[in-house]
Amino acid sequence: MGALQNLFVNLALFFRESMVNIGFSQLGIEATMDLVAGIGVLAVIAISALVLIYVERKVAGFIQVRLGPNRVGPKGTCQTVADALKLVGKEDIIPDRVDKVPFMIAPILFFAPAVLAFAIIPFGENMIPIDMNIGIFYFIAVCSLSTIPIIMAGWSSNNKYSLLGAMRSLAQSLSYEIPLVFSILGVVMITGSLQMSDIVAAQSDMWFIVTQPIAFLIYLIAGAAETNRPPFDLPEGESELVAGYMTEYSGMRWALFFLAEYAHLFIVSAMATTLFLGGWHGPILPSYIWFLLKTGFMIFILIWVRWTFPRIRIDQLLSLGWKFLLPLSLLNILITGVVLYII
Amino acid sequence: MKEVVDQGIKTQEIEVNFGPHHPSTHGVFRMVLTLDGENVRKVNPHVGYLHRGIEKLAEKRTYAQCVPFTDRLDYICSMTNNLAYVQTVEQLLDLEVPTRAEYIRVIVSELQRIINHCVFWATFGNDLGSQTALMYGFRDREMILDVFEELTGSRMTYSYMRIGGVAKDISDEQLKEIERIVDYMLDEALPEYHNLITGNEIFQARTKDIGILKPETAIDYGVTGPNLRASGVEYDVRKDQSYGIYDKFDFDVPTRDKGDTYSRYIVRLEEIEQSCLIIKQALNMIPEGKVQVKRVPKRPPDGSTYSSIESPKGELGFYLVSDGSKRPYRFRVRPPTFIHLMALEEMMIGEKVADAIVILGSIDIVLGEVDR
Repeated sequence: MGALQNLFVNLALFFRESMVNIGFSQLGIEATMDLVAGIGVLAVIAISALVLIYVERKVAGFIQVRLGPNRVGPKGTCQTVADALKLVGKEDIIPDRVDKVPFMIAPILFFAPAVLAFAIIPFGENMIPIDMNIGIFYFIAVCSLSTIPIIMAGWSSNNKYSLLGAMRSLAQSLSYEIPLVFSILGVVMITGSLQMSDIVAAQSDMWFIVTQPIAFLIYLIAGAAETNRPPFDLPEGESELVAGYMTEYSGMRWALFFLAEYAHLFIVSAMATTLFLGGWHGPILPSYIWFLLKTGFMIFILIWVRWTFPRIRIDQLLSLGWKFLLPLSLLNILITGVVLYII
Repeated sequence: MKEVVDQGIKTQEIEVNFGPHHPSTHGVFRMVLTLDGENVRKVNPHVGYLHRGIEKLAEKRTYAQCVPFTDRLDYICSMTNNLAYVQTVEQLLDLEVPTRAEYIRVIVSELQRIINHCVFWATFGNDLGSQTALMYGFRDREMILDVFEELTGSRMTYSYMRIGGVAKDISDEQLKEIERIVDYMLDEALPEYHNLITGNEIFQARTKDIGILKPETAIDYGVTGPNLRASGVEYDVRKDQSYGIYDKFDFDVPTRDKGDTYSRYIVRLEEIEQSCLIIKQALNMIPEGKVQVKRVPKRPPDGSTYSSIESPKGELGFYLVSDGSKRPYRFRVRPPTFIHLMALEEMMIGEKVADAIVILGSIDIVLGEVDR
């Protein structure tokens, strides 16, 4: 059990020691370790996206009284791989009158912040790729970046659906970023730190969902809006906008948007775990297993919501954000502040 | 029509083309929307992408040969289309239909109404972004389709109604199965529908007070069926110009006063309930006997006639002109959904683009019938 408890930490230590033995310079070792962490993060993204897509389709199948993928591989587990291979093999179509450069780089830019955000997620005890002292701030900054590529994609596609989708996405991000930040502020006020490791350490006795239940709910709603998932999938709104900003995309470029969405789903759930559900804290099982279990639970809730709720309308979405979530999050901050002052 | 508020900001209107290839135009319908931001300013519906010239083609067929054409009008509910046509021909011939056949006609056309409203519920949910509704609605439709397949040999294009009766007698096992389905619809499916969609906060916010159709406007346009009843006008062909044996059954005509998309939705769900009740009564009363008259005259006398039924979508009428030959001289369909489409503009102007889709879904169109 002891070996499993710190499996990944020991691996990293072993790696570092062997490099010292070979005779790497200090700088070289640090650079290599960062590279290894980066590869680790990419592996997590790739694997989690593969697993998540399969799980989502299976859960959706269960909710919708059908089977879900069941042909490729045992129980359809290889379906995602088959789909990915198909997408890689597709022709890279760039329509005639699009603005080529933004059109081509938008999917990559959309995917990049999703990867960057993984850098500060504490996957387990001592398992943060980079433990920045401005971790929360970094997370918020990186997450807001994803709006710009959507606008790029929508504008450069030279398509009205895309443009409308991009505009919606901008309005949605503006109105949901602020409640999202404010809901996290409550947690930051209690811990007095923006560092992820401090926030997790502060929850060793009690999870913040107990002390900050309102903030958790606001985070969940705003987080779902951040990931552009139903019932907040207005930028794609299939029934009116076909596929929104992704309408003109196909093949691997489209797959990048798709992958990034699942990466965002993972991040939002992982952050919910870290901020409100006690991070990797838990008895008996290794810390990273606990982290994955809690994140998986959060993801399941988001999937569940997706397949049961109808889509909300753009003006209702905005008024929910500005007239309800924002005052509520401010109230939460006020209450937290007063209670902290009294204690 | 909602008032369009001028906010004093200079904006550029864009024209967006919905269809003919679009996820939520229910077939090959096309509408050109002029949008100011998210608000609809102008609606320009284009129809005719599915035109097959059925009315003209029918003039070259004998009366009996025209029945399969009617299958392909409103392909969601072929049974009621068949019924409307054969009933008109029977009126032209002055033909009496055996009682058992009349009962079978009532049972299958009410089952057809349940199918149609299940499909409506499913696709309406899909238009609102709830794909789960789509699966549930089609799951329940499938059971009735199985019965129809056993009865008629076909899942969608039945051609089951014949001039002077029905094609084949219905067996006791099938009647039992129908009873089971009706009980299932009443006890399980409908509560599930209400739980999943009707009670949902987002659904109510999306549908209430959207796309209001005033009763006087609805009457002016000739809107019929659930769409008219949702506007508060209690008009049902089954009650008001009772045809067949509908006067023997005890049922309500559900209405709502508001005329918004929510009313149109809820009226349809209540109609499923009423259809189930009618079927239950019919199952208890159905007599033994023949299902087809022995000899059907091939050539109706000179003259013309119109008769209509309450199809799931509204008043479906056929106008036939006979010149004494065995082929109809004129074969004219009064399709309810074509007429409903004309009222689209009244409902859409001033609403949001997302609501335009909801409104289009709520009037329940089938393009096979619109274009013919």
